[in-house]
Amino acid sequence: MWIKVNGTGVDVTADPETPLLWVLRDALNLTGTRYGCGVGACGACTVLLDGVAVRSCQIALRDVGAGAVTTIEGLGTPEALHPLQAAWIEHQVAQCGYCQSGQIMQAASLLAQTPAPSDLEIDEAMVGNLCRCGTYPRIRAAIHAAAAQLHKA
Amino acid sequence: MSRIRTIARRSFLIGSAAILGGVAFGTYAYRKPYPNPLQGKGAALTPYVLIDADGVTLIAPRAEMGQGVMTTLAALLAEEMDLTLDQVQVAHGPAASAYFNGAVLEEGVPFVPTDDSWLAEGSRALMRVPAKFLGMQVTGGSSSIPDAYDKMRAAGAVARAALVAAAARRLGVEAAGFTTEGGAVFAADGTRLAYTDLAVEAAASDLPAVPPLKPRVAWKLLGRSLPRVDMVAKVTGAAQFTIDLRLPGMLFATARCNPALGAAMISHDASAALALPGVVKVVEVEGGVVVLADSTYSAFRAADAVTFDWAPASYPADTAAMVAATAAVFDPAHKDSRKRDDGDVDALLAPGAAFEASYAVPYLAHATMEPMGAAAWLKDGRLQVWAGSQLPSQILVEGAAITGLPQAAIEVHTTMMGGGFGRRAEVDVIRQAITAAKAVAGTPVLLTWRREEDMTHDAYRPMAQARARATLADGKVAALDLHIAAPAVIASQAGRLGYRLPGADATIVQGAWEQPYGFPNYRVTGYRVPAGVPVGWWRSVGASQNAFFHESVVDELAQLAGADPLAFRLSQISHAPSRAVLEAVAESAGWSGALPAGHARGVAFCLSFGVPCAEVIEVAQTAAGIALVAAHAAVDVGVALDPRNIEAQVQGAMVFGLSAAVSGEITFANGAAEQQNFWDYQPLRLNQCPPITVRVLENGDRIRGIGEPGTPPAAPALANAIFALNGLRIRQLPLNRAVTFA
Repeated sequence: MWIKVNGTGVDVTADPETPLLWVLRDALNLTGTRYGCGVGACGACTVLLDGVAVRSCQIALRDVGAGAVTTIEGLGTPEALHPLQAAWIEHQVAQCGYCQSGQIMQAASLLAQTPAPSDLEIDEAMVGNLCRCGTYPRIRAAIHAAAAQLHKA
Repeated sequence: MSRIRTIARRSFLIGSAAILGGVAFGTYAYRKPYPNPLQGKGAALTPYVLIDADGVTLIAPRAEMGQGVMTTLAALLAEEMDLTLDQVQVAHGPAASAYFNGAVLEEGVPFVPTDDSWLAEGSRALMRVPAKFLGMQVTGGSSSIPDAYDKMRAAGAVARAALVAAAARRLGVEAAGFTTEGGAVFAADGTRLAYTDLAVEAAASDLPAVPPLKPRVAWKLLGRSLPRVDMVAKVTGAAQFTIDLRLPGMLFATARCNPALGAAMISHDASAALALPGVVKVVEVEGGVVVLADSTYSAFRAADAVTFDWAPASYPADTAAMVAATAAVFDPAHKDSRKRDDGDVDALLAPGAAFEASYAVPYLAHATMEPMGAAAWLKDGRLQVWAGSQLPSQILVEGAAITGLPQAAIEVHTTMMGGGFGRRAEVDVIRQAITAAKAVAGTPVLLTWRREEDMTHDAYRPMAQARARATLADGKVAALDLHIAAPAVIASQAGRLGYRLPGADATIVQGAWEQPYGFPNYRVTGYRVPAGVPVGWWRSVGASQNAFFHESVVDELAQLAGADPLAFRLSQISHAPSRAVLEAVAESAGWSGALPAGHARGVAFCLSFGVPCAEVIEVAQTAAGIALVAAHAAVDVGVALDPRNIEAQVQGAMVFGLSAAVSGEITFANGAAEQQNFWDYQPLRLNQCPPITVRVLENGDRIRGIGEPGTPPAAPALANAIFALNGLRIRQLPLNRAVTFA
């Protein structure tokens, strides 16, 4: 089955019922998309499907269709960071870091739709992304900073 | 920015430094009970510094579980070697006794034996039990930085001195006037010799004694906020946690064990599971099975298809019975300790004391974001294990017991931890991975627990109860008698590792008995609940519940006295660093200032792991429920090596405590934990998290770790704020059983 991941078409041999999460992690070795709960309750597996944040643990491979999947590996690289990744570094957000791929992908979806979000809009967008290390105050600050940077650009 | 590095085993096992070009430096020769794992057996030095063609690498003896320890360890080393932070690479060291953690040993207590002050006694008690693990490589107990503060700087200073001496020999002149900067030695005439060029010569001679360390005024890196070495990898998805590991020909696996914790599997039927696509094998492990398949998803699905006959639990079957069992131990027969008994409490507290109250807290799961996982590979008489472990040296013991191999044939790779909080001091998943790898010898196995397995097979923070009696005189506490009932965490955790520990369990009263209040009649008694549900280290351990008990009592007594809760505490604490954190947090919170209608504040204090910490939480009544609108913390760490990282740790510890206070609860039915996943075990979410200010003070007597002390005051500060808001005194956690939160 062909799917489009990070701008490249890939042929995946897997049960069509397999959640996209496990296709990304176990078949394509894109392990930056994390497994946290498997039931859409934590947001660690968040990726973009046609630019919109989705929980990859809740999307079956056969439902991906022609949609463009973007994972954290496709958002930016150390050499060419996405403004959100740069803001995450500037604000030193991550502690254990496990949830941060999902946090950043969710924030990317937010900024794509709402370039200058209010605190309330950030609350509404990020409520589904858990962090057990308690990095929430810095996540909020980094989203505001990235929004300001994008506005300037 | 500094980088994280992976070093091949062969680099650690070099017999001759020159052959493979890697040279290891260390120090602490006067404490050399363990072989140097970097140079083979019999070497005298504990090894932290590796210099090869790629530059300087710090071999980190502690594991990165989110607390930023890699960065601070690198800064300690770089400071003394006159390197910039980006010139130090960091690698997790191998499992080795040489990396024992001195700060968790009683010998590490900086008090003379005659010093029986509460501070000395409190510190000793916390270290007494871990001292049994002499030689254990522990990440936990907020001990990494106190342990490393001298060791890493000394390692750097010795390496620098050896490199300077080598340069002087090479040039045939006295070293006087030599300087070091940016990874090179500069002779008095300006000649530059790179560390990488001098390393082999430097290591070939005897290392010098530890030279004087830099005075604080000369620090260029320490005391400043530095970029974390793991940050770029963690925001680009490149950071590799245990369950991200990919090995050639690897099988993916998951475990399914008896939900009655510790009980046996009587029988199982895996025939339906084995018929599913991608399933390779079902292996029996202690209390259950591991399913091996070609993907994690296949393994998860197959585990659901296995049917089991489980043995029943050995402990009370449900929460109500556990609560009753806890309530039943407040008697002399179950007394575990009476570590504080000042004055004559009985004389002042006749039956019918002015104040009496009971408190209770539930079991709590760790719920790390990365579920438990481990990888193992048994091949050609050698075992490799990959795990994010707070006790890597214990993996050698477990691996040897399961495979029959000598420990020398076992190699442990410490991986990044997707959260630890004490959970990764357990070895359950590691034993399962090794057992499965033995069953498919030659093939690597990566085991990932489903979230549901993780939530229901934890070593939980204990259920506990407290009973308090007190009386006031002249607006102060005249007598306080606090009784605490809890199971023994250290005995439970060590028992699972095969160690038996006699004597009192310090965790039962930790965070309550050693508080710096000067009540003239003051008694704290611990009672041990018989072992049942497995209990383990949970961020701040006993202080996580005991601060709630103690600081709820103090707040109730302030109210009885008609006193301001913060002034009431200050009036009965003379310990200067503790007073200072209370004063600082009052200032941050604008404690004496007016609040909008429908807002209220609460304060709480706890001294744990040697760190006094005070927190204030402001709440507001909204249409949707009680909202947390602001939070403030002040801590005293003695020496603040990286203020921004300390701020992050305190914020995180506070959020961890607030999550538990608001809604954290594991309940049991039919011997099994009822909560399954994050939909029924809800941590705080971003929209519920208030802004958190952190003040970092340095009045304490020595450097302290900060991973845990921010947690204990969070629950009582919030409960006390709710009392101030609506007059409701909540004596049981979680608070959402009594009030609705926004």
